[in-house]
Amino acid sequence: MSKHWSPFNIVSVVLGFAFLYLPIVLLIIYSFNASRLVTVWAGFSTVWYRELWNDQALLDAAWVTIRVALLSASLATILGTLAATALVRFFDFRGRLLFTGMVYAPLVMPEVITGLSLLLLFVALDFDRGFWTVTIAHVTFSMCFVAVVVQSRLVTFDRSLEEAAQDLGCPPWKAFFLITLPVIWPAVAAGWMLAFTLSLDDLVIASFTSGPGATTLPMKIYSQVRLGVTPKINAVSTLLVAVVAVGVIAAALVTKRREVRRRRDERLAAGG
Amino acid sequence: MAAEVAPATKPSPTKTGRLYRKLVIGLPFFWLLVFFLAPFFIVFKISLSQIALAQPPYLPAFPLESLPEFWSNLKQFSLDNYRWLAGDPLYINSYLSSLKIAAIATAVTLLVGYPLAYGMARAPRGLRPILVLLTILPFWTSFLIRVYAWIGILKTDGLLNQFLMWLGVISSPLVIMNTNLAVYIGIVYSYLPFMVLPIYASLERMDHRLVEAAKDLGCPPVKAFWAITFPLSRPGVIAGIMLVFIPAVGEFVIPDLLGGSRTLMIGKTLWNEFFSNRDWPVSSAVAILLLLALVLPIVWFQRAQAKATGNA
Repeated sequence: MSKHWSPFNIVSVVLGFAFLYLPIVLLIIYSFNASRLVTVWAGFSTVWYRELWNDQALLDAAWVTIRVALLSASLATILGTLAATALVRFFDFRGRLLFTGMVYAPLVMPEVITGLSLLLLFVALDFDRGFWTVTIAHVTFSMCFVAVVVQSRLVTFDRSLEEAAQDLGCPPWKAFFLITLPVIWPAVAAGWMLAFTLSLDDLVIASFTSGPGATTLPMKIYSQVRLGVTPKINAVSTLLVAVVAVGVIAAALVTKRREVRRRRDERLAAGG
Repeated sequence: MAAEVAPATKPSPTKTGRLYRKLVIGLPFFWLLVFFLAPFFIVFKISLSQIALAQPPYLPAFPLESLPEFWSNLKQFSLDNYRWLAGDPLYINSYLSSLKIAAIATAVTLLVGYPLAYGMARAPRGLRPILVLLTILPFWTSFLIRVYAWIGILKTDGLLNQFLMWLGVISSPLVIMNTNLAVYIGIVYSYLPFMVLPIYASLERMDHRLVEAAKDLGCPPVKAFWAITFPLSRPGVIAGIMLVFIPAVGEFVIPDLLGGSRTLMIGKTLWNEFFSNRDWPVSSAVAILLLLALVLPIVWFQRAQAKATGNA
């Protein structure tokens, strides 16, 4: 295929990526603007970053968001990996169709519906809204993303390794931890990262399920954006983008290295 | 995702095996039943209740406590909220306008995304993983921030107008911000990776020698595209359309930040009904109707997903 990368293909790729990246690049550039007006360039300055550092409410919101994201991503990774294992390994349990539906539906469910329905559940259960309700809500939708990521790795995993261990008397959970998990580890890590950023990003579901004292960073940003565009929001956005971009690129490099090593090991194992 | 299907397993004969199986299936199943499925029944129940000046602001609040009470409470349920929705053109217009905006935006996303995915699939093999990473990267950065970035561009005194006036293309600024056009741009931009990745995945798997063979036999390139390439990429196109259309119908952030007061979308209406009017029963009824409108595409999407991952 590669010998036919026509000018048309190159132009569509370049234009496509320009469209995807230009707004973010402009946002980052204008976060270093000295002027209070976002769209008028008045020279380079880091004043808005310094101002962020003094905004206690914003820092509090960031801290809440990070705690929710760490906890919900970890729980979602456990539940999502279990769900993926159930989908790939067990074909004959009751309610499998319902289970499959519940794993895929949250991927496309409009956030307003998920948010509203979870809020009404918490109210019906008389659950105080705050840190924990946001965390539970984030676990619920992000575990499905983890399940899909892990599942796509599990279907290509050579099941006979696990079976061999079990035939030799290894209990299934031990076979999972000793054999399956080390192999599917990159997918599990990618799932965690995905769950973490989904939680970091979420505005709609958090707005419904949060309570006093648990304002997340996106909720804070949203309430400020409604008042108008300011370079300070550009600055906090730039920091968020930078953190995520560094994380994703680092994760991609690590995964790639592991993947290369795994392929080599598998080849050796098959050959030897 | 390979089409390979693992053989169905028999239940493990050992006791730990059964326990393992129970935990692996039971924990996520239980979680989703409690936090995903059960809430829908509560939404349905509240959509049949009446608004009340109470906390929680609806009646009857707990109808399942005892049997006699249950029957008297049951009589309080009514379809009033749905009648109200049917009677007020705001809601019907919100639905129709959401479907229209989502459909147009999905079509434009397909038109923009297909050439991009095609170009990526034809790129030199070594370059492809980097291009895929570049497509995924915006998806990882905050949705809210990416929508926010467009405000500075589309505003009347924004960067796009400044640029066009500097070029001399226009003499007075274009009004894009707070119109449906801004909403289209926002949806296309935000959901583009969801369209590109599945199409890319199906195009990348395709054997390009098929197209070359057709060309060798004298088939013009355009015809070869419609006869071979496009049909082979159809699973990706369908997945992409579903991944863009379904969430776009219920979108809130984009119409709220980029659209104007006349931009009607059902997600925004639901949000306002809930947060501004504090009318929980009516917002529940809106949610139920939105869900009903999306059931068919969601089921279709799940079928396609299950087929693609070999779990039908």
